[in-house]
Amino acid sequence: MKRNTLTLALATTALVATSAFAQDATLTIESWRNDDLKLWQTEIIPAFEAKHPGIKVNFSPSAPAEYNAVLNSKLDAGSAGDLITCRPFDASLALYDAGHLADLSDLDAMSNFSDVAKSAWQTDDGAATFCVPMASVIHGFIYNKEAFEEIGVEVPTTEAEFFAVLDAFKEDGSYIPMAMGTNDQWEAATMGYNNVGPNYWKGEEGRLALIAGEQKLTDPQWVAPYATLARWSEYLGAGYEAQTYPDSQNIFTLGRAAIYPAGSWEISGFNAQADFEMGAFKPPVQNAGDTCYISDHTDIGIGMNAATDNPEAARTFLTWVASPEFAEIFGNALPGFFPLSSTPVELTDPLAKEIVGWRGECESTIRSTYQILSRGTPNLENETWGASVAAIKGTSTPEELGQELQDGLASWYEPQQ
Amino acid sequence: MNRARIRWHILVFLAPAVIVYTAVMIWPLFNTLRLALFSVIEQERVFVGLDNFRTLFFDPIWSEQFWNALGNNFWFFLIHMLVQNPIGIALAALLSHPRLRFAALYRSAIFIPTILSFVIVGFAWKLILSPIWGIAPSMLDAVGLKALFAPWLGKEEYALTTLALVSVWQFVGIPMMLIYAALLTIPEEILEAGEVDGITGMAAFWKIKLPLILPSIGIISILTFVGNFNAFDLIYAAQGALAGPDFSTDILGTFMYRTFFGFQLQLGDPHMGSAIASAMFAIILVGVCIYLFGIQTRMRRYQL
Repeated sequence: MKRNTLTLALATTALVATSAFAQDATLTIESWRNDDLKLWQTEIIPAFEAKHPGIKVNFSPSAPAEYNAVLNSKLDAGSAGDLITCRPFDASLALYDAGHLADLSDLDAMSNFSDVAKSAWQTDDGAATFCVPMASVIHGFIYNKEAFEEIGVEVPTTEAEFFAVLDAFKEDGSYIPMAMGTNDQWEAATMGYNNVGPNYWKGEEGRLALIAGEQKLTDPQWVAPYATLARWSEYLGAGYEAQTYPDSQNIFTLGRAAIYPAGSWEISGFNAQADFEMGAFKPPVQNAGDTCYISDHTDIGIGMNAATDNPEAARTFLTWVASPEFAEIFGNALPGFFPLSSTPVELTDPLAKEIVGWRGECESTIRSTYQILSRGTPNLENETWGASVAAIKGTSTPEELGQELQDGLASWYEPQQ
Repeated sequence: MNRARIRWHILVFLAPAVIVYTAVMIWPLFNTLRLALFSVIEQERVFVGLDNFRTLFFDPIWSEQFWNALGNNFWFFLIHMLVQNPIGIALAALLSHPRLRFAALYRSAIFIPTILSFVIVGFAWKLILSPIWGIAPSMLDAVGLKALFAPWLGKEEYALTTLALVSVWQFVGIPMMLIYAALLTIPEEILEAGEVDGITGMAAFWKIKLPLILPSIGIISILTFVGNFNAFDLIYAAQGALAGPDFSTDILGTFMYRTFFGFQLQLGDPHMGSAIASAMFAIILVGVCIYLFGIQTRMRRYQL
């Protein structure tokens, strides 16, 4: 009998405790940025909770490669969090079309963003915006400054200089000229093809022409980057075929490689790992004085689960995310994820500052395969991964790859037929 | 007259197993088969009959991937049949030798990898074979065979065989244990009778033991077949959902996963995914039927 009373007492306490919590809203954020867990927990969330007592925020990331699959299953099962970190373009558009993401067009704070920034999370006609833009990432090359001084080479600006620097490192032999592997495939496409490519297809001009069907993937400006990638293989470390993405990161931060084809998202990780000074240079142009193009890719947004129990609290959070205050905290807490807010944000990290400075010197574009072109099967983005790897390994010629991709795209994309 | 009573206790005792098995196995299986007959058009789920299968087998984009995955599956299975099972049988024959010392130690050591998780095995072997941090290149270097090393997991021509051999390493304990148990049941008298007739040593294994353990070998083959055609974990843990390089390690399991759940920019398609899962089910069903009706019923059994 005594035991029963105790259980009852415990149960009552538990009930009281739950109801006390229920008065406050707890928001759960779904994200693929498991690398940023600490920053969210120690900087971003406390800053928000200090301003909005009563709303608790819980950051719950999953592994990047599994995020889309996990998120889709959770949404279908009704167990997804209140706030959803949005992949750009079709992945999120599909969620909106399926009714999983709420329309946020009427959120006042949306006016803090330019149309380009919002374009990654809008319906094709631009009528509805369903995610608040958070950040973009910029591609380029990060290099080991000490290694460059040791060998006595200058930062390259043209492609000829770029390969001359790689040759110098290869000849010297004390550093692997470039840290990249083909095992995980996406690096070859994202940090290879879409890094150097915009200089060939002239950024937005080529990208939009491809979407409109005015250019083809067999055109020289789309094939030439594969020929350039094919030249990379001799500068990658031995066994690069089985080298994974974390391997490449470690090789570079351990100081064993001189150049790392990068996305700016690497900055915070590299700052923590590398004990040498790093610099960055933008993708080399073909001839000195050419206009440079950089991939400034809208990468992260955040939206609201249409089925959330706390729509008011979620909108409060999203309004805060759209504010300059968040941009300031986010941009500096995660150097390399550049805020998209129209108000300029002062960045303190030297490497991040250097990279974001390219926005003033070069024309910005986004990755060529992301908007519309990866909507069908075969998926152009995934095909590009395979093609970039094949180009580096030399298993197919650039012309064959261009033809293969064009055939795949034309099989379902009308403007290309 | 005494009417036959309904024997309720049979129902009561069967119910838990039947209910649980129906809920977690039979219902999902039939639902998957059903899902394969639908497709989503304009956000609506519509019945399309066998259309998904027509796409899977005849649309060049899909069929190329499907046959590639099926071919890889057969190669994966073949390596297991040619390497895992003979080694398992050989190890069992050695272990059952009466004068072998430390037999229990060997038995446990060889069996232990079987209880490891796929993720651990995949990750450990990835590290061992890594051209950058791995011990495989330095071990080969120590014996002067560095030239033989290649980044196996990154080369189209070696990756699948390498992973199959990793899987063999992990699971060789299972055929070994089953055969070992079968060998232990062979009575001494038969072997002694053979010895009297002059059959000893290797001849005793080939002429007496092997025919007696054939049914166990049959069971192992079918277990290997089902296990290999359902395989997914090791490939996914070692090479990811894209089963690189260039889909050379793509098997039906990874192909189904990619299609069902989506990958990177490719959105998941549960209906095509179910179609692939149904095809896998059919292949395994046919394989098992061939074994059951074609081989097992004809196998000779001996009264021991």
